[in-house]
Amino acid sequence: MDPFLLEALLNGVLLGGVFALPVLGLNLIFGVVDVIWLCYAELVMVGMYAVWFLYTQAGWPLFLAFAICLPLVALLGILLHLLVVRPLLSAPPINQVLATGGVLFVLQGAATLVFSTEFRSLGVEMPPMELGEVFVSGTKLAAFVAALVGAAVLWAFLKFTYVGTAIRAIARDREVMPLMGVDPRRIYLIASAAGGALAGLAACLLVVQLDVHPFVGLSFGPITFMICVMGGLGNMLGGFLAAFLMGLIVSVGGFYGSTDLSYVVAFLFFILVMFFRPQGLFTR
Amino acid sequence: MSAGARLELSGIQAGYGDFQALFGVGLHVEPGEAVGVVGPNGAGKTTLLRVISGLIRPTAGTLRFDGQDLAVLPAHELPGLGIAHVPENRRLFPHLTVEENLKVGAYTPSARPHFRQRRDYVYTLFPRLKQRRHQLAGTMSGGEQQMCAIGRALMSGPRILLLDEPSAGLAPLVVQQVFELVRRIRQEGLTVLIVEQNVAQVLRVVDRAYVLETGRVAAEGSSAALAEDPAIRRSYLGGH
Repeated sequence: MDPFLLEALLNGVLLGGVFALPVLGLNLIFGVVDVIWLCYAELVMVGMYAVWFLYTQAGWPLFLAFAICLPLVALLGILLHLLVVRPLLSAPPINQVLATGGVLFVLQGAATLVFSTEFRSLGVEMPPMELGEVFVSGTKLAAFVAALVGAAVLWAFLKFTYVGTAIRAIARDREVMPLMGVDPRRIYLIASAAGGALAGLAACLLVVQLDVHPFVGLSFGPITFMICVMGGLGNMLGGFLAAFLMGLIVSVGGFYGSTDLSYVVAFLFFILVMFFRPQGLFTR
Repeated sequence: MSAGARLELSGIQAGYGDFQALFGVGLHVEPGEAVGVVGPNGAGKTTLLRVISGLIRPTAGTLRFDGQDLAVLPAHELPGLGIAHVPENRRLFPHLTVEENLKVGAYTPSARPHFRQRRDYVYTLFPRLKQRRHQLAGTMSGGEQQMCAIGRALMSGPRILLLDEPSAGLAPLVVQQVFELVRRIRQEGLTVLIVEQNVAQVLRVVDRAYVLETGRVAAEGSSAALAEDPAIRRSYLGGH
């Protein structure tokens, strides 16, 4: 096989791993709380700024900055739930979307005020690694491995713990949960923290690959939502698989044409999926 | 299972919005007793159970369990006190396995340390569930699902089990099996409050019963007395 195509395929898989994290986070929130966090990519942006600031400005070791980023964005998720989502839980869905959409602009505006619109780079790059005939970016590979570990931890949490099992249960039947001794409000809070932590992890993996600026969310936010819908909104496994599919489309499309073209192809593919499988590709 | 406790309701009024379903209902269940609430569709039987397990707040009346006022507690704290409610239509989590359904039933912190022991107890009680432990609950037959729903309720280690129409929507042969399940639970000494439309069947498994009609207790008595009552026979047992 053409080593460049192989490289494009490999990069697609690596890209899919990074898409997967915010997709899992959004699906978790939607499945449990039944609200779409339209500002999800902007939570990631805040995490990216946090890492950038702690590492380049405050002079912290990178891994300490990462270690702070996760709980910080988890806390943001909790605050978002308490201040914006909880008061609107029984409001019409359009109001919930508009409210979290409002938070998106608040976070973009706040980032512009605090950090200006300048592109900030971490300036960290791991050496490329040679896998057989192809070279892959060490940074991307490390990010991919970290994303898989994050997804595996989430899976184990949902599969083996009492709270995780209750989270999977509540996604299907909210009203019966109190009869099981489950306080739905507490589960919403835990899911929001977990969704925030996933955004925090995604921030760590993206900040080493992308420059951070107040509108950086636009470069991965829309495609994240698209992947969620394509995999079936709220369907964790479907979203996970769709993330890799999209990663491959973007990367291989970039190999045959240009990156811009590959996003056009990806969005066209999404529209076709919506015509023929509006319930999502992986929904039974 | 832990020792039973007394459940006592008096003057309970409740409803949904402007619609009042219960008009001053009183009943009691003694430790170790099995009590039935029978009556036609729309009599308020399900509402009554939902009031007891905190899903609906009574607008008047008192609700005590083991001397404690239940009406002031949020619904999710009641399983921890020993009240387990098997809801109408079972409401299993169809996409979780049998064992995962049991796990959700053991969610309460006080129940978690007893998970293995109670799960094995449920499997001894219902060996069929053990065979199907890794099967998705939604793929089982109606009777097996009812076993799983009762098993899930037993996982919290209840002192009283509330059963809402366990025979509803099941084929006649399966209905027999479900009442057999209830009888088996009775033999375990568990306190049971069971709501049913199937009056003939339920009177065979309970000690006493209340007849609920349009939100009021129309009659009460021992199962034997109610089964002999001419009015009850006429309305519910198809007798003469």
